[in-house]
This record gives sequence, C-alpha cells and structure tokens, in this order.
Amino acid sequence: MTDTAPRQVAADRRRSVWTGTMLGIAIMAAADEIVFHQILSWHHFYDRSTPDISLLSDGLLQTAYLVLLVAGFFWFADLRRRGTLARRSAWGGFVLGLGIFHLFDGIVDHKLLDLHEIRYGVDVLPYDLAWNGVALVLLAVGAIMLWRSRDEGPAGADRR
Amino acid sequence: MLAHGGSHGTGAAAATWLLPVLVAAVLAAGYLAGVVRLRGSGRGWSRGRTASFLLGTGLISAALSPAVDAGTAGGHMAQHLLLGMFAPIALVLGAPVTLLLAGLPVSARRPVAVLLRSRALHALSHVATAAVLSVGGLYLLYLTPLYALSARSEVVHHLVHLHFLLAGYLFAWAVAGPDPAPRRPGMAVRLAVVVVAGGLHAFLAKLLYSRAPVLPVGGGHDAAEVEAAAQVMYYGGHVADLLLLVALFAAWYRRTGRSLAREATSAPSTPAAV
Repeated sequence: MTDTAPRQVAADRRRSVWTGTMLGIAIMAAADEIVFHQILSWHHFYDRSTPDISLLSDGLLQTAYLVLLVAGFFWFADLRRRGTLARRSAWGGFVLGLGIFHLFDGIVDHKLLDLHEIRYGVDVLPYDLAWNGVALVLLAVGAIMLWRSRDEGPAGADRR
Repeated sequence: MLAHGGSHGTGAAAATWLLPVLVAAVLAAGYLAGVVRLRGSGRGWSRGRTASFLLGTGLISAALSPAVDAGTAGGHMAQHLLLGMFAPIALVLGAPVTLLLAGLPVSARRPVAVLLRSRALHALSHVATAAVLSVGGLYLLYLTPLYALSARSEVVHHLVHLHFLLAGYLFAWAVAGPDPAPRRPGMAVRLAVVVVAGGLHAFLAKLLYSRAPVLPVGGGHDAAEVEAAAQVMYYGGHVADLLLLVALFAAWYRRTGRSLAREATSAPSTPAAV
C-alpha cells in the first residue's frame, strides 16, 4: 500500500471494518467450499438426513456469501481510491469475519441446519471441538486487532 | 431418450441446430451493423461491449450445438445454464439497447423511448418479475411433466429455450445491465432479489440431487446422471451469479468514480464527503 497521497481525508474506520468483515466471512466460506468440500471431500454435497428447509437456507446463505465477496472487494477498492481505508481496522475486521463464518458454520450449518458433518465415518466430537475452537481463537484475535486499531478513529472522525 | 438415436440422431440434432444458429447470426449481424453505422457517423463504440455481445450469440449457438448431447441430464443442464444465465449476461453487457438508440434517427427513437417508458415494460422488467420468470421457469421444467413434454416435442423444446434466454436476459438487464432500465430499483432491492433467486436456484439443484431417482418428472435418466447434472446446476449457477454481481458492482464502482471526479473538479480543496 502506498501512502503517498497527502492525508487530508479522514480514514473511514467504520466502513473499513465492515469491508474487512465482509471479505473475511466470504473468503472463509470460499475456503470451506474449496478445502473441505472439494480437496478433502470431508463435507458432503448432500447429506441424506438433511431436511429440505435446511437446503433452502443453505442456498440463500451461499448466494449471500457471493454478494459479500464481490461487495467487499469493490468497497475495498473504493476505500483505497478515496484514500479513506483504515488499514489495521480492516485487517481486524477481516480476522473477525473469518471467525464469524467459522463459528456460524460450526454451530448453524453443521448442527442446527444439519447440512453435513465435518467428516464421516469417524467420531465427530473432536472435530467439532477443534472446528469451533479455531473459530473462537479467530474471533478473539480479530477482537484484539480491532481494539488495538481503535486509534484509526471512530466512524466519521475528524482528520487525524 | 429420444436423442440417443446414434448417427441419425446426430443428423436430426444438426437440423434442429439450424434455427437457433440462425437467430444468433441475425442478432450478431444486426449488432455489428449498428456498430458499423455508429462508427461511420464518427461516434465510437466500445470493443469490449461488441466482444461481449458476440460472445453471447456464440454461447447461444454453442449451447444448442450437436456437441452438447441434450438427451443426457448433464447436457440438458449445460444448455439451460448457458442459455438462461451465461449467454444473457454476455448479451446484456453488450448494451444492445444503447446501441440501437444511438444508431436510430431521432424520429425513430421516440417509439423505442415510449416502449421503454411503458407501464407494461416496467412491470415485466422489474428485477423480481424477471427472477420469477427465470427461476420459476426452472421449477416448472424440472418438477412438472413439462420436462418430458419438451423432450417429446421439438416446438416445446425451442419455446422452453427461448423462454430461458429471454427471462435470463431480463434478469441480467434488470440487475446489472449497462442499458437504461426505467425505474430500476436501488442496489439493496436488486441484491436481495439476486440472493433469493440464487438461493432458490441452488435449492432446486439440491432437490434434484436428493430426489435423483424420480426427478426430473418423466426424464427417464438414471440417478447418477441426474446427481451429476444437479452439481453442474449448483456450481454453474454460483459462477453465473458471481459474474452478474461483478458486473453490478463494477458499474457501481465506475458510477461512484465519475461522481468522485466531478466533486474533485468542482471543489478541489474540499475532501470528499463520505
């Protein structure tokens, strides 16, 4: 990132955090699809025990992740263009977003919606614990990063 | 089933191909004539738009070519993705209505403008209407005897294809088209409809997968074939949605960029308000 532009414009921290969070959620969703569905084949495309309403919710969620991915990317480009990207805040939001998706996937998709398990033919409990443990770590790290980046200013702050 | 006729089936498929290829060729020729006319009068036209429109007509021809075996569930699905989602996006990004309006003499523009302002077109081209026509059509096709009927009747088969092409075009235009759309709803409404339409598309794909032995009604395909087709539908739909969303947000990005540039020239010392 070049910092050549004179800093006349206040960093838009709120929007930076949102952009980072959107990208974090979307990229973790994409990684889940690529790693666990396609490469490892641990997750199944369809689990014979899944109710239809869960399939519908999942369809809506998957499309929503696409919106987050594209919107996040273009918002990010827009913030950079305006020179209002609060960089550390955006990173904090990004890690928080990774954790949000991971925990949501671990609790809602795997358990409440019953879409699929993490892995089949094994005792799934350790996998669930590890999965949600990773999510909690990501959430904690994201929260700390956001806390430490708060000097980049609150929403709509004056120039710094 | 019917198309599994071996060599004479291929000949019949080639004959059936003639009509859509003709339609695609007429569309491409008309578009190119418009571009030539515009260039002749000294105005420019983006090569990217031209390429996109020609790609769209190429996709229509490719989808219906004998190379795609429409007798299999997978071939059938590939046709519907290409005709109903990918070709329309490419055509819409060619901005054919803008080209038409630019090329027409002023006197002839009025009827087109009247049409664009008509209440009927507003209702038809609303993003929600377009989504219902497009995704709703897929539900009808795969969950009712329409699928079996379209396999038996050549006319119905062509009509189904035409429906998906037109409905897909309306949808892509309503969501992202560079062509003007009167009273196009704001970004939030369009995004919400994209999510619902994409979600219902993915849901239908998983319904087909989960009921592969009995769907599509009267299809007569074996279950493994339908499962494979359902996965093509699921992932292909996501790729098409991704392209459509990129088109939508790229247009937003350019629009915002233009207003930023205006702000910068009108008030060079003031930072852009957020």
